[in-house]
Amino acid sequence: MSPRQSLAFFSVSLLLLSSCSRRSATPSASVPHATAFGSAIVLVSGERQVDSLGATLSQPLVVQVNEAQGNAVTGALVEFRGPVDIVFTPDALLTDSSGQAATNVTLGPTTGRYRLTAATRGSKGELLELKVVEVGLGYQQNLGRVLSDKHCVRCHDSESTAQRVSNFDNLTPPPHNFSDGVTYNKISDADLMNIIGRGGPALGRSAQMPPYGSTLSKAEIQAMVAYIRAVSDPPYRGQ
Amino acid sequence: MCHRGQGPATTTQEAHQSTKAWEQPLLPARYLEASCGQCHFVDLPGTPQLNLGRKLLATYGCVRCHQIKQADGTVVQPTDDPPDLRRIAEKTTRQWLYAWLKNPQAYAASAKMPNYLLSDAEALDIASFLMAQSAASASASASPGAADAAALQKGTSLYGESFCASCHAMQNAAGLLVGGDLGPELTRIGSKLKREWLERWLENPHAYDPDTAMPRYRFTSQQVALLTDLLMSKTDSDLLAGASSDPATPEQISRGKTLAQKYGCAACHEINGMDKPEKFAPDLSRMGSKMLSDIAFPPGMDRSLPAYLRGKILQPRRMGPSSKMPQYPLATQQADALTSALLALTDRAASLPEAMHISAHMPSSYEPAGQAGQLMKELRCQSCHAINGKGGDMAPDLSWEGSMVQRPWFDGFMRNPNTLRPALIRRMPKFNLTEAEIKLLGDYMFTAYQKPGFEAGGPRGINSPEIVAEGRNLFYVKYACQSCHIADYKQDKGYIGPPLAEVGSRLTPGWIYSWLKAPQSLQPGTLEPDRHMSDDDARALTAFLVSLKRQGVEKGPK
Repeated sequence: MSPRQSLAFFSVSLLLLSSCSRRSATPSASVPHATAFGSAIVLVSGERQVDSLGATLSQPLVVQVNEAQGNAVTGALVEFRGPVDIVFTPDALLTDSSGQAATNVTLGPTTGRYRLTAATRGSKGELLELKVVEVGLGYQQNLGRVLSDKHCVRCHDSESTAQRVSNFDNLTPPPHNFSDGVTYNKISDADLMNIIGRGGPALGRSAQMPPYGSTLSKAEIQAMVAYIRAVSDPPYRGQ
Repeated sequence: MCHRGQGPATTTQEAHQSTKAWEQPLLPARYLEASCGQCHFVDLPGTPQLNLGRKLLATYGCVRCHQIKQADGTVVQPTDDPPDLRRIAEKTTRQWLYAWLKNPQAYAASAKMPNYLLSDAEALDIASFLMAQSAASASASASPGAADAAALQKGTSLYGESFCASCHAMQNAAGLLVGGDLGPELTRIGSKLKREWLERWLENPHAYDPDTAMPRYRFTSQQVALLTDLLMSKTDSDLLAGASSDPATPEQISRGKTLAQKYGCAACHEINGMDKPEKFAPDLSRMGSKMLSDIAFPPGMDRSLPAYLRGKILQPRRMGPSSKMPQYPLATQQADALTSALLALTDRAASLPEAMHISAHMPSSYEPAGQAGQLMKELRCQSCHAINGKGGDMAPDLSWEGSMVQRPWFDGFMRNPNTLRPALIRRMPKFNLTEAEIKLLGDYMFTAYQKPGFEAGGPRGINSPEIVAEGRNLFYVKYACQSCHIADYKQDKGYIGPPLAEVGSRLTPGWIYSWLKAPQSLQPGTLEPDRHMSDDDARALTAFLVSLKRQGVEKGPK
């Protein structure tokens, strides 16, 4: 038996011994005690972020606890929950002096929408919940995002950043943001492939949308479609 | 192969989550791209994280201390440019060196120099040693110049006109960094430099550092004075507040030398009397297969290789008091990327047959030749432009410049490079070239940088008003080129591609035609979509674009 094999054997035995007591990958630190209670929990920022699987989202998820008049509550306990493989750092904390609680979210290994809950208790012990969605991209969707960042967002994203100025306002009719599910969910995969590959006029749409069929491969256009489906809001549910 | 993991598991959960005790557990999803890197040694579009990680290994100088020989036999080469310190006393003061060593990011937020977490005494010792080893030592101190407001205003204009911001960033009033990252940040430069050194540097940087990426501008002595006044006014009084101004003692210098050896300063910097240390830090060529039993995990760390790598990269000194690795200014996203790049370096990758390795091309060593080549080297064209596979990627590839542009446009652009992309911060600097120098450059480029078998004249019969009108129609209706380009400043607004309002005076008809037919064949990776255009459409569009001539006489600046 090589050292590595024997080590593996030893590890497996160890695993069998320890597997009964292991419950979660990240044991929660002791949960703090609430010193105040609110009557509503609202979102501040950090929802609907899109990133690759296993990534820690670039912006923290921030929520705020308010009392009945809408004033912020300091010291309310906020607990974050989600699918078993998602990690919150931290997963429970008290709201700060501005009534807010922020956590960093690390996505799990499965593709799709992550439905998260931020919860706090009201003064009568009732549960107050806030539902938040984040999106995890699989390999194909992530490839679509990379291609989109290079070829598409300059026109399809109306927001400018320091690195790129949006061309959105120069176009009539305006392009659709890829999260615009109301528009994209009505278009079949085949039609989307055609618009990207053959350009807008192929489906009676604007000639401002150029054809990418000679620039991108079929697999790359499929990745674009997968990406558009992944980020659409409302969610795409197939035809 | 791709996701690692090993041995038979009987439940999904065991296979996916409970394998921590195994030597090679399943790779966490966030480092999945590491697997691609076992065969692929070139950037892939689908592995942005791995690409970034590999780039960081080269740009943060990791490979100056650690050797990394990839499975395909290539050794990762550093691409950063840490300064030579053999004449450092000409350039700056011991006070500044002390402040810099204590916390490089306090001087420049964007600095790549890591923080060695030195005590005050250690930093003072090393600063003393570095000043003492320096060849020539000018006695003048870095006193900010007392330039008047009008001179500063002129200097600011010259800084803008010279496009210093293409390479150098400065913090603006809102604290945001504005400018490129090819050269060092200049926000607090006046607290660092000696005035005489800066004047000599602006006059000819290559006299001090023959390998710098900075071009030799043809500044007049008056312009040098204006820029010096401006830069020396960029001071931060807090920066040098804690630095001792007592003269250095021989003990300090001697202790400083010992410390400089301990921390391996010479692995990155040239220092008099100190050789580059060999095998200063562990070889990382097989880091992705490191046995967990060989790793001393600090308390509280997950017992896994990815957790160790990430932890070590983010907080090297956490691994124990014997660790000499400094603290790098890395974001967690960069640490994840580096972790991916290191996890790709496995025994398994090395054991794969050579046919499975997809390697990068051999790096090009092209350098322009002759008298014009000498001028191009002085201007450091290849700091920004690639030519025949070698050079920077900030500016367009010049390999076929002679086939692409028209000579009168080229000459005008060299005189006053102000026109092409007004919206960009990073633009071609104005070098103040003489007419003889412009002729020398032009003669060389229009001879050497030609695309083989290229017809600059383009297709025949593109001058009739009918075909121009047909091309105009294709431009605006069928292909909607105005979405991204401007042919007429009065009505078009697209600014993704370059403006085309004077393209007929800039590009050759042959280049326009070939570009329309297959843009990626002339410039791989260009954003211009390949429209798969018919010969007739391409001919008519060429006719229209060629008709868009520059108004007025071709002479000097507008």
